[in-house]
Amino acid sequence: MADTRRPLSPHLQIYKWQVQMVTSILHRATGIALAVGTLLVLWGLLSLASGEASFHQFKICIGSPIGLALLFGWSWALFYHLCNGIRHLIQDTGAGYSIPQFVRSSWLSVIGSIVLTVIVWAYVLTAGGAA
Amino acid sequence: MSANAKDLRNPLKRARGLGSAQSGVGHWWTQRLTAAALVVLGLWFVVTVLGLLHADYAVAKATVAKPWNALLLIAFSITVFWHAVLGLQVVIEDYVHTRWKEVVSMALIKFLAVLGALASVLAVLRVALGA
Repeated sequence: MADTRRPLSPHLQIYKWQVQMVTSILHRATGIALAVGTLLVLWGLLSLASGEASFHQFKICIGSPIGLALLFGWSWALFYHLCNGIRHLIQDTGAGYSIPQFVRSSWLSVIGSIVLTVIVWAYVLTAGGAA
Repeated sequence: MSANAKDLRNPLKRARGLGSAQSGVGHWWTQRLTAAALVVLGLWFVVTVLGLLHADYAVAKATVAKPWNALLLIAFSITVFWHAVLGLQVVIEDYVHTRWKEVVSMALIKFLAVLGALASVLAVLRVALGA
């Protein structure tokens, strides 16, 4: 028989959303997205190795509207996973586990990733358009 | 333990191969070490790619062919695919509850990641060694 004294699993439907939940889920989601994104890096390297025509084709694809939208998404995913990854590495040392610290570092990951993405794309635009 | 008073085997012998005595700690450490490496390699990669914004084929090829860039690019590729496998493994273990689906998807991901890493290394070597 079920032992009703044990803690029940958190029922996400009735939970009030908190930033720590968002950062945790986003870390996974961006991780999966970045795993797919490695294929773009692979494609770029292969096109560079296989000649000028295929590299030109690669540049046209990543410079297209869909390519740029994907690059924008992947750049944010990379910076988010980077910022929150550093946060996790710090937490692995046992630091930053009080609730106010936990909430603050969560926001730091989110805001830091947005700031880095804006900086990179501002550079891309000021350097004269992408690709 | 008292029930096994006649068992002369060391408790460690019985624990090995069960529960947390498996490869979990190794997975955890490798995930953290590849993460720490990717903090540095990832930032280097972003800066390098931004430097190639308007590069034509010859410039892009010459950049990748520089010894330090080729070395770091190979290190980045291997570490990225390794870290991706470790991360996706945790996701699959958490969400895929049918044993054969879990094993098949894990095997597929590992095959793809090894192929991807090898292809990246081969591409960089081809560019760097001028084949």
